Amino acid sequence: MVDIRVVGARDRQKQEFTEEISNLVCPGDVITTDTGFMRGHGTYMEDEKLHASVAGVVERVNKLICVKPLKTRYNGEVGDVVIGRIIEVGQKRWKVDTRSKLDSILMLSSVNLPGGELRRRSEEDEKMMRNYLKEGDLISAEVQSVFSDGALSLHTRSLKYGKLAQGTIIQVSPSLIKRRKTHFHTLPCGATIILGNNGSVWISATMNEETEQTGGYEQDLEPVSKGDREVIARLRNCVIALSEHQMMLYDTSVLYSYEESLRFNVKDILKPEIMTEIIENTQPRLESLGT
Amino acid sequence: MAGVNLLSDQGYRIDGRKPNELRRIQCKLGVFKQADGSAYIEQGNTKVLATVYGPHEIRGSRAKLLLDRVLVNCQYSMATFSTGERKRRPRGDRKSQEMTMHLKQTFDAAIMTNLYPRSQIDIFVEVLQSDGGNYCASVNAATLALIDAGIPMKDFVCACSASFVNDNPIADINYLEESSGGPELIVATLPKSDQIVFLEQNSRLHEDNLSKVIDLAVKSCKDVYTVLDQTVRDHVSELSNSHGWDH
Repeated sequence: MVDIRVVGARDRQKQEFTEEISNLVCPGDVITTDTGFMRGHGTYMEDEKLHASVAGVVERVNKLICVKPLKTRYNGEVGDVVIGRIIEVGQKRWKVDTRSKLDSILMLSSVNLPGGELRRRSEEDEKMMRNYLKEGDLISAEVQSVFSDGALSLHTRSLKYGKLAQGTIIQVSPSLIKRRKTHFHTLPCGATIILGNNGSVWISATMNEETEQTGGYEQDLEPVSKGDREVIARLRNCVIALSEHQMMLYDTSVLYSYEESLRFNVKDILKPEIMTEIIENTQPRLESLGT
Repeated sequence: MAGVNLLSDQGYRIDGRKPNELRRIQCKLGVFKQADGSAYIEQGNTKVLATVYGPHEIRGSRAKLLLDRVLVNCQYSMATFSTGERKRRPRGDRKSQEMTMHLKQTFDAAIMTNLYPRSQIDIFVEVLQSDGGNYCASVNAATLALIDAGIPMKDFVCACSASFVNDNPIADINYLEESSGGPELIVATLPKSDQIVFLEQNSRLHEDNLSKVIDLAVKSCKDVYTVLDQTVRDHVSELSNSHGWDH
């Protein structure tokens, strides 16, 4: 049976709870004529007046005024967990696409090579770079530093980072990823989820202890069992449902929506009305937690 | 054009509008998920889709890289079914190339280009149905798409066309009025600071009447701005309400 929907039908009901927010600005709006404030992101100074340059909500921290747009490309910060794809192997470095404003760089000196942390990097390693990571590989990494032009320098010097093997990737808006102490979660349903700050979410089957310690260079390419695949697919659809409804993504929200979705078939979760139902059941549970 | 009366004795135009009246504008932000920003606009029967990707690393030829500011890359194309007669080439013909260049110039002036050195912003504009004022609708759609993408701009860019018929300036001309051989003035402005970023004139217009026509076009741009501004505000409110942010 084929299920076909008309695209425009869903947006109608959203209109009801639209009310104007007080400190909302559009590009060119004057935020303040007071010269005592500092110019932050999303603003510019002209004729002694502070104007907004993006559409969004004004945020004030003491003397600093910023305007935060709802949707924007990923803006890296030191310590962020990101998921990226290798697009180029260069001189002692890899170029990584992290869906940021510029390509990120992963230096050969900031990866853990197989065979221990204290290994010296020889010329041999430089020639072997493509054997470790080649174009098209997915990696998880941490932002080590941000260059002056906004490009990111990554590192994978911990065994939890490194090459990603088998799993599924979902792209959501970076603003939906809640900043937490940890972005790696092993969920009780038998899957591991990495919520990258750049909006990339990686879901894979939970691996056993010993394979986890290799930093991902030895990829486990054994077929994933059907049960695991179903859990992964269900999680993926739940993450999509949460992002469709602009809900923050973190371990609890993903887990709750997963639990709420268990009543439905995996493929049915993507139907708009079932999506709404799952989210409506998840929301009060999250609110009762006080998060 | 002989025979067609563009402005009736009662002061109405062929589609029933008053001389300074705009066509109905309907617009929507965020029509595509994959793009960083997107918008759809209808101005009367002219329908335009715009998508924005970026800022991102320069793809293709690295020679275009600018060290101090962002490269604005535009592509204007008209769907083959957009005009009365089926178009052979949707993009790449002289007219589209010129339009592409004009769009690039317009948005180079409005986007705060110095914020993203060494990167690129792509603006793709597709005319789905053409009924005059293609450039204006394209600019308005691209502005909305850029705002949706969260790209910093000095102001909205609003564009509107105007013409001059029987000693009367008329605003936002449609295809019939455009092709009647009268003068056509296209203006793109930054409505809040009253700056003109783009001005083009086709066919002849007496110097004495020029200021009248420009004034009407600039005023119409402000009317367009009111509509666009309201759309953006509604869109942002709706989204940030569902985000559940505290205000």
